[in-house]
Amino acid sequence: MPLLYADLACRDAVELATDYLEGALSWRQRRSYEHHLRGCPNCRAHFEQIRAMVAALGKVEPEALSPAAQEDLMDVFRRYRDAQGHDGAQEPPAG
Amino acid sequence: MDDTQLIARLRSGDEQAFADLVAANHAAMVRVARAFVPARGLAEEVVQETWVGMLRGLDRFEGRSSLKTWLYAILVNQARSIASRERRTVPFDHTDDARAEDPARFAPDGSWAQPPVPFTEEVEERLVAAPMLAHLTAALDELPPAQRVVVTLRDIEQLTSDEVCAMLQITPGNQRVLLHRGRAGLRRSIEALLEGED
Repeated sequence: MPLLYADLACRDAVELATDYLEGALSWRQRRSYEHHLRGCPNCRAHFEQIRAMVAALGKVEPEALSPAAQEDLMDVFRRYRDAQGHDGAQEPPAG
Repeated sequence: MDDTQLIARLRSGDEQAFADLVAANHAAMVRVARAFVPARGLAEEVVQETWVGMLRGLDRFEGRSSLKTWLYAILVNQARSIASRERRTVPFDHTDDARAEDPARFAPDGSWAQPPVPFTEEVEERLVAAPMLAHLTAALDELPPAQRVVVTLRDIEQLTSDEVCAMLQITPGNQRVLLHRGRAGLRRSIEALLEGED
């Protein structure tokens, strides 16, 4: 049985982590990759580290906008609202 | 608040709804835009035009995709059009045969010569805290543009593979290669940071 998996080298295994996580490997490739990971602590560490990147990126908070940029965009929104004929929270100017 | 409620509030002219939408998305949109047009000013212009485009299209938006997907589709179109005005194109196809990990780290038989620096439990905890996340986003900005876009859309903005492929007009296989190279590049940047601490 091991012969079936023997051809996967670490150099090639590390290329498969995302394909594996995306479910894009064939049954045979998946088995081969999983088998390699079981026997190779370095590739297992590599895989876990890729997964840790995904987890960390999911926690990146949006960066705050400068007040000036925020105000510019609110102007864009007010122009949209005015063009739509909405009066929003405040009374529109007379005329 | 779901998309339907949010869209109803935007259509009714609710400023707070728009301010919240901007706060949640603007910075990531600038990051994506900068992959197409690196100059910060141009990228800001792309994003500003995207908001204008979104508001213009709001009354016609039928909710067939999520609001976020739609927003990014507008962004990519704006970015492409401004990039072509500036005579720039971002290659999204990886015609080279480069690898996610440096071949020099492997022995001739393909096994690790320089194995990954282990992430201890302490490192795993630090990874999701502010200073390391700041390092990660800085490293993200250093990635090749196409990788940066795909990683931002998939791993930060949590769009699906199908959405990203449609938006960028790339194949699923190409998308996975860019995503993996991007993630691997970020892994190496954390590894380098840890090595520097020793």
